[in-house]
Amino acid sequence: MSTDADAGRRRFLTASVAVVGGVATVGVAVPFVAAWQPSERARAFGAPVEVDISKIEPGQMLTAQWRGKPIWIVSRTPEILKELPSVDDRLRDPQSTQDQQPSYAKNEYRSIKPEILVLIGICTHLGCSPSYVKQGAEPLGAGWQGGFFCPCHGSKFDYAGRVYEGVPAPTNLVVPPHEYLSDTQILIGADEGSA
Amino acid sequence: MKMNRTIAAIAFVLVPLVSQGAGGGVPPLHAKTDFTNQKSLQNGARVFVNYCMGCHSMAFMRYSRMADDIGLEHDLVKENLMFNTDKIGDSMTIAMRADDASGWFGVAPPDLSVIARARGVDWLYTYLLTFYADSNPARPFGVNNLMFPDVGMPHVLWPLQGVQSYVKAERPAGVIAQHIEKIDPYDKGVRLHTAITVKDGDATHTTHVTDSLEVTIPGSMQPGEFRKSVRDLVNFLDYAGEPAKLVRFEMGYWVIIFLAVFALLARALYKDYWRDVH
Amino acid sequence: MKSMLIGLLDWTDARFPLSKLWNEHLAKYYAPKNFNFWYFFGSLALLMLVLQIATGIWLTMFYKPSAAEAFASVEYIMREVPMGWLIRYMHSTGASFFFLVVYLHMFRGLMYGSYKNPRELLWVFGMIIYLLMMMEGFFGYLLPWGQMSYWGAQVIISLFGALPFGLGEPLTLWIRGDYVVADATLNRFFALHVAAVPLALLALVAAHVMALHEVGSNNPDGIEIKKNKDANGIPQDGIPFHPYYTVKDIWGVAVCLILFAAVLFFAPTFFGYFIEQPNFVPANPLKTPEHIAPVWYFTPYYAILRAIPDKLTGVIAMFASVLVFFILPWLDRNPIKSIRYRGPLFKFLLGTFVVTFIVLGYLGTQAPTAGGSELGFRLGELYFSFFLIMWLYSKQRTHSFNYTVLGIVAVLFLFFDAIRYDPEKTSLMIVSSILVIGYYVVFVLGSMYTKLNEPKVVPERVT
Repeated sequence: MSTDADAGRRRFLTASVAVVGGVATVGVAVPFVAAWQPSERARAFGAPVEVDISKIEPGQMLTAQWRGKPIWIVSRTPEILKELPSVDDRLRDPQSTQDQQPSYAKNEYRSIKPEILVLIGICTHLGCSPSYVKQGAEPLGAGWQGGFFCPCHGSKFDYAGRVYEGVPAPTNLVVPPHEYLSDTQILIGADEGSA
Repeated sequence: MKMNRTIAAIAFVLVPLVSQGAGGGVPPLHAKTDFTNQKSLQNGARVFVNYCMGCHSMAFMRYSRMADDIGLEHDLVKENLMFNTDKIGDSMTIAMRADDASGWFGVAPPDLSVIARARGVDWLYTYLLTFYADSNPARPFGVNNLMFPDVGMPHVLWPLQGVQSYVKAERPAGVIAQHIEKIDPYDKGVRLHTAITVKDGDATHTTHVTDSLEVTIPGSMQPGEFRKSVRDLVNFLDYAGEPAKLVRFEMGYWVIIFLAVFALLARALYKDYWRDVH
Repeated sequence: MKSMLIGLLDWTDARFPLSKLWNEHLAKYYAPKNFNFWYFFGSLALLMLVLQIATGIWLTMFYKPSAAEAFASVEYIMREVPMGWLIRYMHSTGASFFFLVVYLHMFRGLMYGSYKNPRELLWVFGMIIYLLMMMEGFFGYLLPWGQMSYWGAQVIISLFGALPFGLGEPLTLWIRGDYVVADATLNRFFALHVAAVPLALLALVAAHVMALHEVGSNNPDGIEIKKNKDANGIPQDGIPFHPYYTVKDIWGVAVCLILFAAVLFFAPTFFGYFIEQPNFVPANPLKTPEHIAPVWYFTPYYAILRAIPDKLTGVIAMFASVLVFFILPWLDRNPIKSIRYRGPLFKFLLGTFVVTFIVLGYLGTQAPTAGGSELGFRLGELYFSFFLIMWLYSKQRTHSFNYTVLGIVAVLFLFFDAIRYDPEKTSLMIVSSILVIGYYVVFVLGSMYTKLNEPKVVPERVT
């Protein structure tokens, strides 16, 4: 003898079992999804890295490593800094409007201290690591103002890591989060207090 | 890789310890550890780093993980529990190389990451409490141990416990066999309730004596205080053996409560459908 | 919206037997309406299989199958992979639960004669699944590369060395891929555990369900519901599996998961029976642990192996004790399927078998002692005697037949006692023989001289 009340009860029970069962399924899925997150070991290896720049020469580039990525630290001379605005009209994003840098590097030098440039050395096109090519040096020759050149597909970046027009890379090179622990120690990968 | 050497150290050492160190069947004391007691875990970590980590690594535990789990600030750990060159995210490894250690101690001191799961907290607690002086020249460090006869480890905690002597009670002549049936702590050390078999003409009979491990050279702690420190150390080893222990009980309560609700709903649904069946 | 879905269904049905499968195996698969508690374990076994596969795949993402890295990779999973400890414990608890559920599932088969005509092949498929599960558990246990993993594998593989005619040694060398259990062994066991055996298991489980659905399910009364169909050809005592048994099985799953969660969160090593203590010591080829015991679900057979003083005979007896289940449909040919209608002596027979199995299992976990070994041997004799009595009870036998059987058994068992005779154990052997003598008095003489083995009338319709 089934009545409307019975049918209603059955619907209610079926729905509640389905809902609670759905929650249970999500609950069971949680550990499986969580397990794919970086492990303690990955996070330990991905911890911030201290770099000592006390011995860097003007014009020289140091390469460090953070989270498996090359980190470039370039000591820029006053001449280089003066020349930076002169290439603005040949750049895709001269004012760094795209979000490729923390707020403290969103300036004309794309750095905290003008003379020290910190970049992640990975081309924003498809991920190759560009080469540091000084002003006038091969393979770009005379007319090249200095910066970085990616051999994979020919993308070019200036001395502040800003991308030129007419190359495959879409955006400026990324500035990693970093802070100065002292005048000669940079901590790459952390910037407590700043955004 | 460091890990492989560590494994080699564990492998070539811990096993002989496990298989030989059965202690001749002495029933251990009860450690009564409590892994929810953070103060105890912190004290245990301190004892471990200061007394054990000269020789024993804990390669599966990271300083940062330990700090977070037992409620210590990272800076505090860096200042007091770590060597200068280590980073907070590093594993608790040591400088001693396994082959050097084998040469110095006979066997390399095993890694202690999972010792509490392999031995159990009661065994470890009793082991650390039952070192005693042994003048037998075969003993390289002048000590022996009730739970682990002829162990190669020196009595590292002697500054705290002092030195115990194996004091034998008076027994009749003609003892042909003896074995310790039960041990319990007292204010001077540990009492050993021993059953002895005495030859009585052609027959034998069994009687009981109470030997003891008595502190004859005092350390900086009274036996009761020392037992508490060892309890803290073993508590820490218990946590270190399975850090997940700190979370799985509470998680379990919630999961089972949720499943119980689901089960009741599922049963109601089942009964509802089966009203149709006769 | 609804018509779109119906359209989609029709399109699919024209290309794939979706609705047909749904009806044949769920909505219109008619199962007996009198399934009781013992009928939960088939679906629970399927649940366990799915769980083991899911957690197993996930563990494979983090585990390193090399002798150098295996132990550390398991600790990595336990400590450094987010919630890795939970996945690991699900897998280890799941393995033991899988066996527990399957043993209860098999016991149901024994009680209700689910292995009898026309379900012999169903039973054989099930037995193959059981064998595959044992292999899977054996291969899997080596993977953590602890002391028990290593030495358990060493012992079981060396059993194959008992093969005569010079075949034993080359066989064990071939299995191991090295002179002792080593990295080569670990890697191949990993491949078998992760890929080969699970594939075989899935195929066999599919065959098992297909064989079941072909003849239809048995039930606690042991009567064939297809014998009483209504005007529409539907068994009168049948109900569609969906929704009645789907809904009932969801309730069963919920209760099982509560027990599963209780073990997983509160006692994941289950006091050293699910994850054995020596396994927290990395494998050391140079030092054997004091006490090697296989995991609990192997221990009854291990006890039988150990109780026999000769290596080859012990190995044969151990394999025989597993394989004898295969021929059960051809041993017990009594037309009455269910224990409910076979008389109290049969119930007692099954009960003693269960007790035998459990006590043998317990003995297998303990270090060997003189008394334990003797008890193990006698219980081994009782174990095989169960199958003999099952055959004997297939039909009414004459007194002379029964006495002939008794005579043959007596001669055989006295022969065993003679070849294993040890003067120091004389009194032990005499006392333990009471078990065997008592067993045969009760089950053979009891069936001859009492009415305790008389069957009851089997009803036409289920109760």
